[in-house]
Amino acid sequence: MSEKVLMKGNEALAEAAIAAGCKHFFGYPITPQNELTAHMSKRLPKIGGTYLQAESEVAAINMVLGASAAGVRAMTSSSSPGISLKSEGLSYLAGSDLPAVIVNVQRAGPGLGGIQPSQADYWQATRAAGHGDFKLLVFAPSTVQEMVDLTGDAFALGDKYRMPAIMLSDGILGQMMEPVVMPKDSIARIPERPWAACGHGDKREHNVINSLYIEPPVLEAVIKARFEKYRLIEEKEQRCEEYLTDDADIVIVAYGASARISRSAVNAARKEGIKAGLIRPITLWPFPTKAIISRIGNAKTFLCVEMSMGQMVDDVRLIVNGKRDVRFFGRTGGMVPTPAEVLGELKKIKGGI
Amino acid sequence: MNMNLLLAGFGGQGILFTGKVVAYSGMLDGDEVSWLPSYGPEMRGGTANCSVCVSDSPIGSPLVTAPDVLIAMNLPSLQKFENAVVPGGLIIVDSSIVDEKVKRKDIRTIYLPATRLAADNGLKGMANMVMTGRLYKETKFCSEEKFIEGVTKSIPAKKADLLEKNMAAIKIGMESGE
Repeated sequence: MSEKVLMKGNEALAEAAIAAGCKHFFGYPITPQNELTAHMSKRLPKIGGTYLQAESEVAAINMVLGASAAGVRAMTSSSSPGISLKSEGLSYLAGSDLPAVIVNVQRAGPGLGGIQPSQADYWQATRAAGHGDFKLLVFAPSTVQEMVDLTGDAFALGDKYRMPAIMLSDGILGQMMEPVVMPKDSIARIPERPWAACGHGDKREHNVINSLYIEPPVLEAVIKARFEKYRLIEEKEQRCEEYLTDDADIVIVAYGASARISRSAVNAARKEGIKAGLIRPITLWPFPTKAIISRIGNAKTFLCVEMSMGQMVDDVRLIVNGKRDVRFFGRTGGMVPTPAEVLGELKKIKGGI
Repeated sequence: MNMNLLLAGFGGQGILFTGKVVAYSGMLDGDEVSWLPSYGPEMRGGTANCSVCVSDSPIGSPLVTAPDVLIAMNLPSLQKFENAVVPGGLIIVDSSIVDEKVKRKDIRTIYLPATRLAADNGLKGMANMVMTGRLYKETKFCSEEKFIEGVTKSIPAKKADLLEKNMAAIKIGMESGE
């Protein structure tokens, strides 16, 4: 096993991408993800890769599309306003069945918003990353170690299902340092890409990467086939961590940095005799529907904790479907909820049930 | 070991580095640790602050809003965070920069003229390490062996020649007080 080191989330994620065999990075600076692009700019030229600071976010995502179409593992990173600019490219990647990893180190919006941490891009990542009928794999790390581990998974699953994957991080996880063990470079297994539009010396038919299907029946069939793939992913790839949910009256649902804070609140609540637990989604799409359903039986109330005005709570309400009370607590605009605030919400709920 | 530490001062005083030393040492000692800098506009020319958690269990919020220990290296930092310190907590003030006294009576305060002590010993700019030495003396946040290793590993290879001076500044802090 490699040595445990102290690393910033942004740098650890960059290093993990390199370990996953990503040698092509296209980016544009924005706080709070700058350490990621800076790290790539230092490292990639040394290992025969390409680091390119594009003229804009739009250019960067289209370079990722080109690199992926040519058959290499490619990545871009940005923060919320920059991800909005990439939405056209994200839709084209999905429409072209191309894998790529897109990192969003979320900051507060809307507009330029602020540079402090936020989780207000949940809807964007899971619902509206761009125009058209499509889904993206969405991973939600909650530690620096997960910034590393899930980056490897994002590349692997993106390749497996030929679709883009989002690493939905935030300013806390990007900026903080935590102990982390890096994977060894040798573990990167990059599958063959027989579909890639790369040079082949006229030995086969040309591969064409395109998202344009001008005949409606053809396009409908392509989209339906893609949704069959999505259905399979929803069946097989849901991931979450459960903490003290077995006997919990109140189940918190929280991801990323909010999940860390909620876990502390659960511990504090247990000391006061409140049976609280936590479901921490690790994949936001596919959302861990099965885990939520399995807790409807014993939970009296669900509480979603987010750094937003309430976005993931929609998904939880859809799953719970009126069978239980689903509450929400959040801070927004770059404010970070404290464990004490979440504990206060748990006490309020406890008083009512 | 369980400690929520908040370090605050001017940009350039080595606040973030000090936090890194504590976090590295704690990690090497087998504890869970986190380090979170302020990265807002206040960094540029104003105050810098840094949250460090050292814990024997997984760390929830890495943002320290109620510190057990506050290291205040300028007056705005003391004014901003004095009331956030938990009752029974500790504030270490660089008294060669901050000429005001801590108002609270329910916490312990140490006034250490770290900037002057560093300068008097030919270690200009190393007040942060003098403060770190005193912090170690007061809290023993890890074993002494791991503390030294933590300092060594926190210094980038390019600046390895500064290790000796850092250690000298830490020693001054550790030997300060009674």
